[in-house]
Amino acid sequence: MAAWIEILMILLILLDMVLPGLSRLSACVRAAALQGVLLGVLTLLANFDALTPRVAVLAGLSMAVKGFLFPVLLERAMKGAGVRKEVEPFVGYVTSIAACVAMLAVSLLLGQRLPLPDGGQGMPLAVPAAIMTMLTGLFIVVSRRKAVSQVVGYLTFENGIYAFGVVAVGEVNALVELGVLLDIFVAVFVMGIAIYQINREFDHIDADHLSMLRG
Amino acid sequence: MELLLAAIIVLPASGFAALLLGRLPKASAAAGAAGPLAACCLAAAPVFRALSAAPAEFLRIEWSMPFGSATMELDALGAFFLAPVLGLSALSAVYGAGYMNAHGGGRLPGWHWLCFNVLVAAMAAVCLARNALFFLAAWEIMALASFFLVASESGSKEAREASWTYMAAAHAGAAFLIPMFLLLSQGTGSLDFADFSVEPGSATASLCFALALIGFGSKAGIMPLHVWLPEAHPAAPSHVSALMSGVMIKTGIYGLVRVLTMLGPPPTWWGFALIALGAASGVMGVLLALAQHDLKRLLAYHSIENIGIIVMGLGLWILGVSTGHPAMAALGFAGALLHVVNHAVFKGLLFMGAGSVLTGAGTRDVEKLGGLLKRMPATGAAFLVGAAAICGLPPLNGFVSEFLVFLGSLDGAANGGPLPAVLAAAVILSLALIAGLASACFAKAFGIVFLGEPRTPEAAASRESGALMTAPMAILSILCFAIGIGGFAAVQAAEPVVLSVCGPGSGGVIEAASRSLAGAATAFGVLIALAVLLAVLRKVLLFRRESGQAGTWDCGYAAPSAKMQYTASSFAQPLADFFGHFLGQRKHFVPPNGYFPKESSLETETPDRCLDGFYVPAFRAGRAVLSKFLVLQQGRIQIYVLYLVLTLLVLLIWKLGF
Repeated sequence: MAAWIEILMILLILLDMVLPGLSRLSACVRAAALQGVLLGVLTLLANFDALTPRVAVLAGLSMAVKGFLFPVLLERAMKGAGVRKEVEPFVGYVTSIAACVAMLAVSLLLGQRLPLPDGGQGMPLAVPAAIMTMLTGLFIVVSRRKAVSQVVGYLTFENGIYAFGVVAVGEVNALVELGVLLDIFVAVFVMGIAIYQINREFDHIDADHLSMLRG
Repeated sequence: MELLLAAIIVLPASGFAALLLGRLPKASAAAGAAGPLAACCLAAAPVFRALSAAPAEFLRIEWSMPFGSATMELDALGAFFLAPVLGLSALSAVYGAGYMNAHGGGRLPGWHWLCFNVLVAAMAAVCLARNALFFLAAWEIMALASFFLVASESGSKEAREASWTYMAAAHAGAAFLIPMFLLLSQGTGSLDFADFSVEPGSATASLCFALALIGFGSKAGIMPLHVWLPEAHPAAPSHVSALMSGVMIKTGIYGLVRVLTMLGPPPTWWGFALIALGAASGVMGVLLALAQHDLKRLLAYHSIENIGIIVMGLGLWILGVSTGHPAMAALGFAGALLHVVNHAVFKGLLFMGAGSVLTGAGTRDVEKLGGLLKRMPATGAAFLVGAAAICGLPPLNGFVSEFLVFLGSLDGAANGGPLPAVLAAAVILSLALIAGLASACFAKAFGIVFLGEPRTPEAAASRESGALMTAPMAILSILCFAIGIGGFAAVQAAEPVVLSVCGPGSGGVIEAASRSLAGAATAFGVLIALAVLLAVLRKVLLFRRESGQAGTWDCGYAAPSAKMQYTASSFAQPLADFFGHFLGQRKHFVPPNGYFPKESSLETETPDRCLDGFYVPAFRAGRAVLSKFLVLQQGRIQIYVLYLVLTLLVLLIWKLGF
């Protein structure tokens, strides 16, 4: 089973490398959704030996929300606001990928220093992949202009937290996990409304134009 | 303790009731004023029990805050401060109901009464708190509630600026209190007052003292930290001024005393510092008061003066303890304590009088008033009583506490070593100077406002305030006399507190002081009897004789006008010129010219030198430095997230030990 988990981790990292290099927003959304689905599979695999209905339902729910509901909501927001591409990001695509490589290095270093309680159980890539996903999410939040990209960034960040939870705690506390999921759901929901409203007011959804509000 | 807890709960409850009734100003005022009254009645029994040297009552409520617990205790010292807090609050609330009704209900009456009642509850909690976190929470709620009260009166720019000045001072003060409590809790790590310990005579103790002096001193209004007082007191509604000046600034004194009792045997320089600061506050406060034209600003400067007297008393206490003169210590402390109560009584009375004048005549500018005694007899009489009391004239209450401080310093001057003798002599000189200048100042204030002829049509048209406003003033006036004549009893009432703080050995000194005050009371009795006798004699002599009223002989002037009277500035001019170097009064004088002079004018203004000379430049410089950090505030959400990420990453890397 560990081998499969390793493969999933590598896929996770590869998606992290891809995400900052995508300029089309719908591709970004789909990549993040794919990550969410992979994480659902990861949950099932990590608890394969003692699969309880609770874990299965949880994984299914997470897959449905992240793989289906969020993309649909975001696509609708994008269609409403009429945006398709991330134009002029703060950090260029090539530079972004270079930054991803640097972040991977940092994650691997941190992963070495951050031992899991049970020593990792032969999953050497688990912690680096989780940290990498979190860093990627934050990187997208920092380096992109469009509000949709920011939502994708937060989603990716949450994926990282989820991955960390699955590998570090094993059996995830359902209550905590549902709480996080609900948080993200509300965030996406609110952001979708906010994107629509901001667009209606300002004819664009560039989050950096909010700087006019500073003191 | 349950009764006290109920009192603290009933206050915000009635505040919320007032808030709900906000649309109906009169009902809101009634609901709001009911809270402090009920709290006063509820708390009376436990407070009197604690004052009669009963064992302290203790209550501990666990709290989910780290290090915090709502630990409360009512001991004699706390009760001595709690009594004026609740008593004056109740009277101010009744007065405030009349005041707000007379001012058309005020802006946002519901919120006003909520803030008022929360302020009272917070002050009571400050006196009861025995946990640093709980204390600071109550302290900050107190500051916030009074901030809103100051800001809410008129909505004018001045009121807003005054409230911000006050807010800045309150926060700066609290910033000194937090490290002080942390230092005190260093030994045990617990923030309960009972666990505080500090090595006596160590540098830590002195540091704690300095922090407490600055932190509590800024609330009390000790001289270089007083700048918020003359701004905030005039801006607030009069009953709030009465409450803030009468009891809220005393919470600073309470905090200082409370911390001083925790710090162990004091070194001599603490007493020196307290006496020097007290003398400076007292003398400069009364001098600045003398030069003011705004009645409430004048009273605010007198609050600084009286805080100076209290701090001098505390200085004598510390000096007496550190140099081994228990008599000086006990008398100084008892004088300071009693002056806290007395100042609450007469300053509350004076601010209420000023508010009544403001309601009746529509202005606080003394140059526009005059002749109000005939139009507002009750207010005038009450103001006269308060004015005489604040000057320390017998047989009123100000005399009793100043007498004790005098006794203490005389003891120090006679029996102390060279240093205590010099300091005690300085206290005597300052007190005498303060009393003299205060008399001049209130002769001015009362004379210009209440005597003579009205200077403006508004003053001429002024009418007496309603019973809701005059009744609290009457009660406070009677209290002024009662404490003044019954000074011996007041001293005995303070005895348990003095004994608990200064040690049981000081009982004899207090008894002796009480006996000499009893002698003075006999003399007052004889004097009052004589006055009554003379009045009766006059009545008898005038019986069946014709007597009438006529205009004063005006030296042959054909058309005297109200403008020919002394003005406040001209009354104060000799003293203001004499102390010109300290005051820095500015004059704009256009002298009369030629044989037939046409226009000439004189205008005086007395800016606060601490404010203009230190705080304004300091804050401007601070602003210049801090505005460089505005670069960090880019207003871009991306940049802010970047700050977060970098901080987290650095912390993570640091923690993992690269």
